[in-house]
Amino acid sequence: MLPKETIAILQQNISRTEHPRELAVEVMFTLQKHYGYLSDEALEEGARLLGQTPLELEEIATFYEFIYREPVGKYVIHVCDGTICWMFNHQSVMDHISSRLGIPLGGTTEDGLFSLLPVCCIGYCDHAPAMLINGKLYGPLTPDGIDTILQELRRQGSSPREEG
Amino acid sequence: MEGHPRLVLLDQPPDRTIFLEEYQRRGGYQALAKVLKQYVPPQVVQIVQDSGLRGLGGAGFPTGRKWSLLKKEAPFPRYVIANSDEMEPGTYKDRVLVHHNPHALIEGLIIAGYTASAEKGIIFIRSAYEESAQVLEKAVAEARQAGWVGKNILGSAYSFDLVIHRSAGRYICGEAKGLIHALEGKRPHPNIEGHLTDAGLWGRPTVINNAETLAYVPPILKNGAEWFRNLGRSRAAAGNKIYSVSGRVNHPGCLELPFGTPLPEILEVYAGGMQPGYEFKTCLPGGASTRFLSRKDCDIEMDFESFEKLGRGYRFGTGAVIVFDHKTCLVGATLNLIQFFARESCGFCTPCREGLPFIRDLLQRLEEGEGEDAFIPMLRTMCGHLFQAYCAFAPGAATPVLGLVEDFVEEIQEHISQKKCPFKT
Repeated sequence: MLPKETIAILQQNISRTEHPRELAVEVMFTLQKHYGYLSDEALEEGARLLGQTPLELEEIATFYEFIYREPVGKYVIHVCDGTICWMFNHQSVMDHISSRLGIPLGGTTEDGLFSLLPVCCIGYCDHAPAMLINGKLYGPLTPDGIDTILQELRRQGSSPREEG
Repeated sequence: MEGHPRLVLLDQPPDRTIFLEEYQRRGGYQALAKVLKQYVPPQVVQIVQDSGLRGLGGAGFPTGRKWSLLKKEAPFPRYVIANSDEMEPGTYKDRVLVHHNPHALIEGLIIAGYTASAEKGIIFIRSAYEESAQVLEKAVAEARQAGWVGKNILGSAYSFDLVIHRSAGRYICGEAKGLIHALEGKRPHPNIEGHLTDAGLWGRPTVINNAETLAYVPPILKNGAEWFRNLGRSRAAAGNKIYSVSGRVNHPGCLELPFGTPLPEILEVYAGGMQPGYEFKTCLPGGASTRFLSRKDCDIEMDFESFEKLGRGYRFGTGAVIVFDHKTCLVGATLNLIQFFARESCGFCTPCREGLPFIRDLLQRLEEGEGEDAFIPMLRTMCGHLFQAYCAFAPGAATPVLGLVEDFVEEIQEHISQKKCPFKT
């Protein structure tokens, strides 16, 4: 279950709308932030809050690339494979991260810290090749730069006080 | 251009945010005050129509005409929406604009709201632009605090509320009708019949404009239609345009220039020319769903009219210039584009859902040296089917493929005859 305060905020936001379902994406983001991904339990909880059936929410949950219906790592790495990043060899970025983390595209590290996913053009074409990690931009990327980023996140991620 | 006024990207480079105090000091919100005091909605529509402003999200539909489609007797409530779901590969002008000058968009949206007699505005922003969304939230809070958003703005009878909707990805959400479904918490298929100005969000009259388009509305109302029209560089184009340049140039970036600035000038003077060791081959002039420019057409004024005049499926698009060099394979580039479109297709209609993977497969086999001569007419035929799709997404996807087949066919033929990609060592 979500914390009581979070539920109260969502219920208040929902009560202010003309149609509760206009907050469907916001509710899914909130649940995902709490659970780490949109689990079946989270989906049902979201549907209850919105007055929808779980199937109705599932219908849009599976549509969006930033809603994760399966468990993901604490840091979700989205490597841009848009045309400009392609031109600047995004494949080498993916290969480098993949070999450093020991996971294929779509995989999650055993310690649950990192997931590696592709994403379509993220609109940072002046920073190509680029990637987003938990919504934050990194680019233009170099192999050394990537190593530094991963090390820093590994350090932050294993610190018990850090919030993901 | 020296001495030419910039209207929305006030600094060059536009690398910091202009918040309310500075925006007002530099003349911001004067247009809204003037509109509320001096104009009734039809007058605003007329001025915007006379200004020659066109939709800058790619379609180029005249903004004033779009606003005039909203019928006087249309029911209430009505909505206005700013579309910042910018997901066309190569296009990042709205991100820079919103991050640099959020109040320009907000003021433009409020004026659009007043003109449509809408009680609520929504700024729809893509997930990847979280930083810009946070800037917008702060700016909306400032505008609300200052009384530009809320009940009885400036003591007038007009009240307007404004919310920000964060999307969770997918290109199709930027299509106006897909966007409506996204806002309604439905699967964002673009299947709505009729005009959104008659029945849009929740079945109510709705006006949707691109973020950059809206940002030019305040300077038009402040300085007049003729002033704006005369800012254009070419004969037909009005006002300014943000060009976002990317690819193998020395200085990729966003530039606000007179609309209709010639392409060679944009690339050489403003983007710093090609990177050392690279020669210009072609560019996509306005994002992923425009056509590769053939070499003979590269000396062109960058506006809607010049591309319309060229014909052959050319479109100006969003003004996002993606520059390809002589070492980059266009079959590979087109394969990348089609992979994007195939993945982003919403799957609602058959030509798009089935046709794009078919084209992807042909291009993949060509790129891997397994292509045959018969693939070339097959690509043309399949592109033809894409024009039967429900929305403009699939024809957009077909456009670079047709450019490849018609103007750069020798690159395809080399892949076939050499049984490999000639650009790979």
